Amino acid sequence: MEALVAKEVTKQYAEHTALDKVSITIPQQTIFGLLGPNGAGKTTLIRIINQIINSDSGEITIFGEKLKSSHVEMIGYLPEERGLYKKMKVGDQLLYLAQLKGLSRHDALARIKIWLEKFEIKDWWHKKVEDLSKGMAQKVQFISTVLHEPKLIILDEPFSGFDPVNAELITEKILELKANGSTIIFSTHRMETVESLCDHIALINKSKKILEGPKKQVKDQFRTNTFLVEHRGNHFTLPSDKYELKKQTVIEDGLFSSSIQANEGIKGNQLIRDLIDITEVYSFQEKLPSMADIFISLVKAEGDDQLKKHLQEG
Amino acid sequence: MNKVWLIIQREFLTRVKKKSFLIATIVVPLVIPAIIGGLIYIMLKEAESAKPDTIMVVDESGQFNLDSTKNTKRFIFVPLQLSVDQAKKAYNETKDFALLYVPKFNINKPEGLTIYTQENPSIEKVADLESILADRVRDLKLQEFKIDKEILKNLKTNINLKQINLTKSGEEKSSNSGILYGLGFTLGIMIYIFVLVYGIQIMQGVIDEKTSKVVEVIVSSVKPFQLMLGKIVGIAAVGVLQFLIWIILITFLSSGVLGYFGLKMPQKQAMEQVQKKMQQNEDMKQAMDQQNGKVNEILSNLGEIPFMKIAFVFVFYFIGGYLLYGALFAAVGSAVESMQESQQFQFPITMPLLIGYLGLFMFILRDPHGPVSFWLSIIPFTSPVAMVGRIAFDVPTWQLILSMALLVGGFIFTTWVAGRIYRVGILMTGTKINWKVMAKWFMMRE
Repeated sequence: MEALVAKEVTKQYAEHTALDKVSITIPQQTIFGLLGPNGAGKTTLIRIINQIINSDSGEITIFGEKLKSSHVEMIGYLPEERGLYKKMKVGDQLLYLAQLKGLSRHDALARIKIWLEKFEIKDWWHKKVEDLSKGMAQKVQFISTVLHEPKLIILDEPFSGFDPVNAELITEKILELKANGSTIIFSTHRMETVESLCDHIALINKSKKILEGPKKQVKDQFRTNTFLVEHRGNHFTLPSDKYELKKQTVIEDGLFSSSIQANEGIKGNQLIRDLIDITEVYSFQEKLPSMADIFISLVKAEGDDQLKKHLQEG
Repeated sequence: MNKVWLIIQREFLTRVKKKSFLIATIVVPLVIPAIIGGLIYIMLKEAESAKPDTIMVVDESGQFNLDSTKNTKRFIFVPLQLSVDQAKKAYNETKDFALLYVPKFNINKPEGLTIYTQENPSIEKVADLESILADRVRDLKLQEFKIDKEILKNLKTNINLKQINLTKSGEEKSSNSGILYGLGFTLGIMIYIFVLVYGIQIMQGVIDEKTSKVVEVIVSSVKPFQLMLGKIVGIAAVGVLQFLIWIILITFLSSGVLGYFGLKMPQKQAMEQVQKKMQQNEDMKQAMDQQNGKVNEILSNLGEIPFMKIAFVFVFYFIGGYLLYGALFAAVGSAVESMQESQQFQFPITMPLLIGYLGLFMFILRDPHGPVSFWLSIIPFTSPVAMVGRIAFDVPTWQLILSMALLVGGFIFTTWVAGRIYRVGILMTGTKINWKVMAKWFMMRE
């Protein structure tokens, strides 16, 4: 069963379309990266899933059921713009938020204790949020997001505001939650996070989904058949009907690094064979596109298309 | 529903636990009796220590005879046999209150009477003096017309109208507009203040949630409408609690303070004073009898006022008015991002309330059954203040029912309107807000 399926979700505001027939499928127990530039419509989609706003058309099913109001208790949501009641004590605050998510007072109290211990902040219970530092408040907010053991956790830029140590701690907890069966939606701009954590991704640009799939598959799709070779000596020429030398840099005296794109149909082995005869190969690897590359190239291409279209029309 | 209850609890508890709540709840009832006590104390002291002012008199007319025999409690007259200029010099060397100059004058058209003072005299004192002089002139006129003072005294009759409302069923109810006026006035103002003070608290609460961004987390658990409702009801509970504590404390402390000065009830104080005077002055006996009658009448009228009905109506309009305006305050709070920004919207939404408040003085308390009073107490936006001010004057039942029904309809309507603006507003930041934008939000689909 899929954790979440969105079918042709559309949201129209007076002046612009925030989401245009967006469909995504989020498999259970995965970390799903929801990517896209600012203003692409990610937050709108997240708000629709959280039932903060309604879509104009389209359908969302969550664990096989049509989205309904009781589902809010299954979802944990960490919005990009963090916020807690400033004058409320940490303990009271967590208790209140957990109860709003349908937890009984008794259960909530027990779980708050466990989580505060996990983060080693047991003595914060009586501290007011306004007396906490930004990072500390973020921890409290993270706890409030996962306290009711949601099956679907939506994290919007979860690492902003955390120092590297705490970011590591949060990463650990996120993986723990996934291991325990939760599905996690990540909305982020940080490609290194996507690279290291996400199993699946979807890219939304200008209110439309332009890419979706398992990370591995997406990357394969964007392979350019380019190889990175470290070699000694650069006095060689490759047959230009098969290869194109994209870039060559000097690593140290006599040692070079070349990025070579092979024509379609030519495998790595063939290139190695061709190289062995003409130079001394130190290392060889296929250059896979990074998520950042894919993101930028797609978003830029769209922008160029738009620009062209605009120029043609104008 | 369970979640709304959680929100109500939070709104109530966080406010009640605040130090400022504790201080306001305890200090206000302490301050009010203290002020009452202080005023009584000063008044009593003043009455004891008040010395009559000395007025030098230069009477060129020779008719006034303002000598020591004409002394009153407030003034001592010292006739001088000097010219005005001499008298002015003499006066300047004393610390006396004033120098009165009476030139020769025509009794039918007295002109040129002047007082010289070293400091600006209070209007009250001047008025007092004027009335003494007017009395003297009148006496002079009486002499001229050869009318005996005693006869004139007999001519004067004191009339005190007994007021009785004759109901359709022929029942007689005595009434007293003075008490009704006071009652209407107090209740009307209480509602006005309550709605304003707690309405602004709602707005502040909404703005806080919006600016601290916590609202997005909350509305991922509950519907915006539930959050708005919970907040309005929770703050109402705070207000009701505070009012109850105030009423209880003020009643206790005030009676304590009054008791300290040996006055259990204001009326008794009046009675005692009047009795004292009576012993001093036989002439006042007649007036006294009337006064006594009046006190008894007031007491019996108090018994005639349907307090239970008034209390019920008061509570109903208190809550109804608060809900009606509370929703509007919440809507404004959701749209703006600071209290400052809210001010441009505050006035328009509270204007009807202000109209009701002004109408209370200008129409309802003067002419409780006139057409303006009627409409003010029927229209839901003004009725909370207007009807409560009017209720003491025996409002026909059908009007009361109509007004209540409209108020219920009114707050359902404003809550609905406010809810639609609120659900959009709380998530909007960085938008320039005006009425048009709010109207657009209102029209927006769910």
